[in-house]
Amino acid sequence: MSIKSGSSRAVIVRVEESVLLAIFADIHANRQAFSACLDFARAHGAERMICLGDYVGYGADPEWTVETVMGLVDNGVMAVRGNHDNAVGTVSETMNAEAQAAIEWTRGRLSAAQRRFLAELPLTLREDDRLYVHSEASSPAKWRYVQNRSDAALSISATNAHATFCGHIHRPALYSMSAAAKMTSFVPTSGVPVQLLGGRRWLAVLGSVGQPRDGNPAASFAMFDTGSREITYCRVPYDAEAAANRIRENGLPPWLAERLLVGR
Amino acid sequence: MVKPSNEPGAVIDGFTLGECAHRGGMATLWTVTRPDIAVPLLMKVPRVSEGEDPAAIVSFEMEQMVLPRLSGPHVPQCFGTGDFARQPYVVIERIPGKTLYGRLSDLPIPYQEARVLVGKIANALADLHRQNVIHHDIKPSSIMLRPSGEVVLIDFGLSHHNQLPDLLQEEFRLPFGTAPYMAPERLLGVRDDPRSDLFSLGVLLYFFTTGVRPFGETETMQGMRRRLWRDPHPPRKLRADYPPWLQEIVLRCLEIEPAWRQPTASQLAFELGHPDQVKLTARSERLKRDPMSTVLRRRFNRGLTQPKPKADLAAQLASSPIVAVALDTGEGSGALNDAMRVTAGRILSILPSARLACLNVLKLGRVTIDRTLDEQGNNKHIDRLVALRHWAQPLKLDDSRLTVHVLEAVDPAAAILEFAEVNNVDHIVIGARQNSLVRTLLGSVSAKVAGEAACSVTVVRAPRLASRHQAESANDKPLEARA
Repeated sequence: MSIKSGSSRAVIVRVEESVLLAIFADIHANRQAFSACLDFARAHGAERMICLGDYVGYGADPEWTVETVMGLVDNGVMAVRGNHDNAVGTVSETMNAEAQAAIEWTRGRLSAAQRRFLAELPLTLREDDRLYVHSEASSPAKWRYVQNRSDAALSISATNAHATFCGHIHRPALYSMSAAAKMTSFVPTSGVPVQLLGGRRWLAVLGSVGQPRDGNPAASFAMFDTGSREITYCRVPYDAEAAANRIRENGLPPWLAERLLVGR
Repeated sequence: MVKPSNEPGAVIDGFTLGECAHRGGMATLWTVTRPDIAVPLLMKVPRVSEGEDPAAIVSFEMEQMVLPRLSGPHVPQCFGTGDFARQPYVVIERIPGKTLYGRLSDLPIPYQEARVLVGKIANALADLHRQNVIHHDIKPSSIMLRPSGEVVLIDFGLSHHNQLPDLLQEEFRLPFGTAPYMAPERLLGVRDDPRSDLFSLGVLLYFFTTGVRPFGETETMQGMRRRLWRDPHPPRKLRADYPPWLQEIVLRCLEIEPAWRQPTASQLAFELGHPDQVKLTARSERLKRDPMSTVLRRRFNRGLTQPKPKADLAAQLASSPIVAVALDTGEGSGALNDAMRVTAGRILSILPSARLACLNVLKLGRVTIDRTLDEQGNNKHIDRLVALRHWAQPLKLDDSRLTVHVLEAVDPAAAILEFAEVNNVDHIVIGARQNSLVRTLLGSVSAKVAGEAACSVTVVRAPRLASRHQAESANDKPLEARA
C-alpha cells in the first residue's frame, strides 16, 4: 500500500506484545509528586517505566529522587538525560538565576556516584518505533523547547520514529504530522486515551511530574499502551504544600516553592 | 507487508468480506460477517491509492478515532478498526433502510411531518453533542432512520471531538464540508461550536418545508461567504401558509451569529416538541429579507466575520440546560412553592441560556371517568396553566426561556419522568411534602423521581419550622443525653 506523501512514512512496527508504559518527565527532585505518580501508575497497571530527564533542579529532594531513578534503571527502566541533570555535571550550562541557584545547591547534595549516573545518561533512547528524548529530536543537546507546530514539525521530521516522547516545557501537548506533512496540535484532556494512529507520526510532549506550569498544580505524566497505541495523559493531585515546605526549609528561592501551589 | 486483498471471501482481522455494497468517492463499503457478531455489518475501506484526495485519508482517520467512542441508538455501533500501517478499515453496524436523501423528490413535506422528523434529528444531535462530538456534515445523506423510527447519524469523517486531536484543523485551505449546509462560522475556520450543526439542521428544515435550499447550491468560496452577511428569504415569502412558529424556529437556526441560535440541540428539540409554546418574535412575521443597510453593516462589521476564541463544547452545553420544575398548585403548597422558586432562581441566575419548563400533573383516577371541568364549570387544565405562569412570574424570565405544561396522568412520578426523558431535561426541581398523610399512603413522588430520573434532581423542602412534637421530645430526654 502506498500513501501519497512528501515526508518519510512511518516505519512499520514489528508486532509486539501489549505493554503498558508509564512515562515521567521533569520530576525535578519533587519527592511528593514523583511518589504519588509512581503509586498512581502502579495502581493503574503500569508494567514498565520510562524517564525523560530532569530528575533534579528546583526541588528539595535530589538525593532521594536520583537514588529512586538509579534503582529503577537497575531494574531495566529506560532513562534519558535532561538539561538540569547535565548542568549538575557541567558548569557551563546557562540557566536563569533561580534555576542556577537550585543547581548549585543540588550539586552539593549529590554523591559523586549520583553525579556520574546523571552525566552518563544518554540523550536519546530508541525502542521499537518509539523515541525518548528530553527536549526534542532535531537537536537533543540544544535543549530547544517545543512551543508550537513548527517546533514540533522540526522534531518529527528529524526522526523516523512513529512516536517521540519528550518533556522539557512542562506543559502537556500532542502534535501529529500527516502523510502529507500537515501538522495538528492538541492540548490533551487528562484521563481520555488518544490512539496514535499509524498513518501519521506523533510528538507527545509530556507535562511535568514535579513542577507543572500549565496552571494545574497536579503532577502530570502519561501512560502508553504499546498494543493499542493509546496514550493517556494523567493528572495526580499530591501534597504540594509539603514539597513547597521542603524547598523553603532548604533555603532555595521562595518562588520555587510558591509556583508549585499554583502550577506556574 | 503484503496488502490484504479486497475481494469477496477475503478475510481481514476475522471479518469475511461479502459483496461490495457501495463504491463512493472517498471509500468503498463491503458487507462483512464475523461468526461471533450477529448484527449485519459493513466494512468501510478508504480509497488511498496514488492520486486520491488526501481528504479521503484524513476524514477516514477522523472516523477511525471517533466511531469507537460513540454509543447509543443514534450512531452506528462500531465493531473494529484497522490502521493505515496495515489495512485501513472501520467495521460498523449496517443500518437497514435508506438515508433522507431519498426524500428529496417528495419535497416539500407537510409541516407537521417535518416538525416531528427534525425534532428526532435534533434529539440525535443532542445525544451526539453530549458525547463531545460535533458532526459538521449534517445533511439528508448523513441521516438514516432505523425501522423503529429512531434517527441514526452516519459519516463522521468531518467531525470534531472535543477531547481528541482535530486532524482537519490545518489540513485544508478551504473549509471542508457540504456547501449548502455549511454554517457561516465554518467559513472562518471555527470547528468547535456545536451550534454549527443546528445551522445545518436549520438548512435541512427550511429545504424540507419549502422545497428550496436557503443558500442555494453554490460551491464557490465567494458564494458560500455571502451567508456571513446575507440572510435567506423568509419561508413565508415562499409559502403563504407557512406557520409562524415554524418560521421562528427555522430562522433562529439560520442566524448568522451562533449565539443568536437555539443554545443547544436539546432546546431546539424542545421547541419542535412544543410548537404552541414557541415565543414568536419579529422573525416569525418577516416576509422580506433584511434591508440592504443591515446587510452592508454585517458585511463590513469585523466583529461578525472574525473568528472567535476557542469554545468548549461541554461548557457550552452545561451553560444551557433545560430545567424542569414540578409544582403542585393545590391548596397549602405556598411555602413549598416559594422555596422552589428560590431554588429555581438560583439555578437560572448563573445560566442565562437555561430554559425553564414548569410542570403540573393533573392526576386522573384509575377507575373514575374524569371530567375536565371542575364543580364550578372552570376548565381545570387552563386553570393550572394560569397558576404555573403566576408561580413563574417573579422569576421575570423572557418568554423564550419559559414554558408551562400540564401533564395528565394516573401516576404523577411516571409522568414527570417521561416528560424529562422525552424532552432531554437536564435538571428536575421537585418539592417534597413532609408528614403528609397522602405521602404515607401512596409513597413519595419526589422519592420516585429522584430515584429513577436519568438527570440531576433537586428535592426542595419548605423552610423548617420547629415542630411541637420535636420540641417536646427533646425536653423529655435526660440531661446527660442532651449535653
